[in-house]
Amino acid sequence: MAHFEKANSLNEWFDQRLGVNTLQRVLAKEYWIPKDINFLWAMGMVLAITFGILLISGIFLLMYYQPNVDLAFDSVNYTIMQEVGFGWLWRHVHAVAASVVFLIIYIHMFTGIYYGSYKKGRELIWISGMLLFVAFSAEAFSGYMLPWGQMSYWAGMVITNLFSAGSLELNGVVEWIRGDYVPAQAFLTRFFMLHVLLIPVAIMALIGFHFGALRLPHVNNQNGTDIDFEEEAAKYKSGNKAASKVIAFANDFMSKDMFVVAVYLVFFFYLVFWNYAFAMDPVNFDPADGLVTPAHIYPEWYFLWSYEILRPFSKDIGLIAFAFAQVIFVMLPFLDRSPNTVPANRRGLFKFWFWAMLVDMIVLTAMGKLPPAGIFSTIGLVAALVFIGLWLVLPIITKLEKKL
Amino acid sequence: MNQTRRGFMGKAFGAVAGVGAVGALYAMKRSWDPLPSVKAAGFTTIDVSSCAENKLVVEKWRGKPIFVLRKTAEMVAAQDEAQNARDIIVEGAHFMIAIGLCTHLGCIPAYREDKTDFKCACHGGEFDSSGINTVLPPEKPLLIPPFKVTGSTVVLGEEGEVYKKMKESGLIA
Amino acid sequence: MKEFFILAVVAFFSLVTYWLVEPFAHGQMHAHVESEHFAYADLPALEKKGDATKGADTFMAGGCIGCHNVKALGMETGMSAKDAAAAYGVNPPDLSNAGAIYDAKFLADLIKNPAHATAVEHKFNDARFHPMPAFYGAGGDDIDQEIADIVAYLQSIAVKPEEVTPEMAFKDACGRCHAVRYTKWTQLGEMPNFKHKKDELRFQADVLDYQDAVKGYMGKLPPDLSMYIRSRSEHFLKTFIENPQSQLHGTAMPRTGVTAESAEKVIEYLEFAGDPKAEMRNEVGKNVMIFMIFFVLFAYLWKRQVWKDLH
Repeated sequence: MAHFEKANSLNEWFDQRLGVNTLQRVLAKEYWIPKDINFLWAMGMVLAITFGILLISGIFLLMYYQPNVDLAFDSVNYTIMQEVGFGWLWRHVHAVAASVVFLIIYIHMFTGIYYGSYKKGRELIWISGMLLFVAFSAEAFSGYMLPWGQMSYWAGMVITNLFSAGSLELNGVVEWIRGDYVPAQAFLTRFFMLHVLLIPVAIMALIGFHFGALRLPHVNNQNGTDIDFEEEAAKYKSGNKAASKVIAFANDFMSKDMFVVAVYLVFFFYLVFWNYAFAMDPVNFDPADGLVTPAHIYPEWYFLWSYEILRPFSKDIGLIAFAFAQVIFVMLPFLDRSPNTVPANRRGLFKFWFWAMLVDMIVLTAMGKLPPAGIFSTIGLVAALVFIGLWLVLPIITKLEKKL
Repeated sequence: MNQTRRGFMGKAFGAVAGVGAVGALYAMKRSWDPLPSVKAAGFTTIDVSSCAENKLVVEKWRGKPIFVLRKTAEMVAAQDEAQNARDIIVEGAHFMIAIGLCTHLGCIPAYREDKTDFKCACHGGEFDSSGINTVLPPEKPLLIPPFKVTGSTVVLGEEGEVYKKMKESGLIA
Repeated sequence: MKEFFILAVVAFFSLVTYWLVEPFAHGQMHAHVESEHFAYADLPALEKKGDATKGADTFMAGGCIGCHNVKALGMETGMSAKDAAAAYGVNPPDLSNAGAIYDAKFLADLIKNPAHATAVEHKFNDARFHPMPAFYGAGGDDIDQEIADIVAYLQSIAVKPEEVTPEMAFKDACGRCHAVRYTKWTQLGEMPNFKHKKDELRFQADVLDYQDAVKGYMGKLPPDLSMYIRSRSEHFLKTFIENPQSQLHGTAMPRTGVTAESAEKVIEYLEFAGDPKAEMRNEVGKNVMIFMIFFVLFAYLWKRQVWKDLH
């Protein structure tokens, strides 16, 4: 056993046993962040806070929710929304946060793409981030099943049918996933388990991975400057904070993060109280009915772009295109052949690639919601082809890029 | 000076965030309150006219067992002042109505018709036919639920005149 | 400043996406129906002035109370709602407050030609008659005058229009076909609290019998309206109540002919059933926003202090 001196303070007592001072130094006081950053660097904190909000509101929903096909709808819409004190608040907060979290994820992602934050030593940050995106998607989808409304039921029907793998007609797989011929009790209970236990645990583990992957390569900066962190840290510690190119995670970076978080929360609560329909689809306020499909059926907005890649093609090609869209973003660090870690506007053709990808995904998103007819179908098909084409040319145009 | 000022702003921000946390805690506290439907279901109407003498009837009110015992004339005649005070008179008949949970640790005592008393199997406590504790460990008589007598029925959960008087005289702890 | 420019770019793309998937897409999915403000312009205007006293006699002579209760005046057919539904398809409405809840023009046309007033002529023909027989006059020379008298009579016995409560309007105009389980409303009235399971099951069996009759009459069971205030927009509800055919062509649902005020009351009732916390949401929201102003302000002050010696 190690030798322990008598502690002179509570802080010292804990430090002897847990190394709290070391932890604080490594994770906060001497965790160096570049000074040359903008508010987009706070999106990680915004996401962490939003996840916290989802967790807390979810805990309160969990106490009254009934995962039973006969009771689920009323336990949400009557018990929670009308009877439980502030139950309506938890539900609105949970639903809106679940939707807004994707907006922030997309902003976070495109920030990473724009500034090249996935390159040279930061591949694992990107990959763990994309795994988080997949986990959040699964979490969002499983949560969407729980109110057991019309959209829950039919989304459950359509998405599980994807696993029949087109002409392979693996109906046994679909039935295995559902535990029934259609989404029913077994399906609801297992997706309930996934939503409140397995996926949240996976998300928390992945968040740890994501943070861990960030510590050694350090955070990127907004001008692609190569920073010698040790030298700059020495400057900072010697008191020359103004000349140093780095700042400490706490309180320097933290104080800016919290300001961004505060502004974000204004926007968030505005949506929670007054503009929530985008996150709580009216159709899902009709109870699930296995004999009536709603007139218009579409996924939540954050899945629309990948849904639209599936839609304009024939069954098998659509599924292949869809699978392509799901995994291709993970490959970004390896498909981008350029050695430059600088913002996209200084990167030759990639500058155009970035904006083309962003606009194309917005077009796909819009077409995914619109009824698949006439001009919208054509635009959707073109946008899907452009999406695939953009990924195919990415290695070529980045290979051509000059080293800066 | 700069150092203290910065420390102050950080604390001030922390205090504001704390106010928000208190607000959230209030909402959380409210979420754990009994639901309105639970509270609304807190009324039980019992028609006591069909109760037989010296036969214990057990009803349910707010999830708890309620003892209803119609006393015989001999039982009433043998009662002392304290026992009489706890009787609830419905259309001339004397009743004991009480929450059927031992005031020791909440077990349900059993009624013994031959001895006209209650015995709790858990720790041996006993109560007489008026619900007054006679053998330790219970140190208090069985609790009388809020009630209101209307004709031949008793509504539990509502405070009637008789109940209020009992409460004033300290019969209901 | 650069950060504001970046914020503007982010906001621009977010808002464009929002506009495309919400207002624009929903505009494409649902045809916009203009409200006629419950004018019932397709129905003939009332030309005659009714006389309530004469109307009372015509009302009796016309045989209305053979099928309709007028409980306010103690007139009852003696038929239970369940039996009435079995006989006619749906329980005929009690006419106590019809004069206050329904539009006068609508009532007049309804008496003359029920399928026309309720806009369900596609459902009824020579082989299938509307359960309410048309009124062919009670012996007088002028049928329109007689109808005007009946309408005047119905208005005279009803409560004043401003006394119509949300509950009255809903139960009269909608509640004989639609249940609202969140207010415990069934087509047979409010579900009582039963002490014995047997009584509850009996009541539920009666409701099921009634629903079967309505199902036979309407083609399918009219939906429970508990959450309609959230599942349909208020604009949809209003225009739908005004004329179901405008939103759902060929629907079996009859036009109810409620006045604009009664329609408001019906929507108020649906709000009470499906979204009773709307007002509280607004109140709490305002307080949260006031708090957020301080939160942002202090977060900014803190940031400014911390960053003072970083620049």
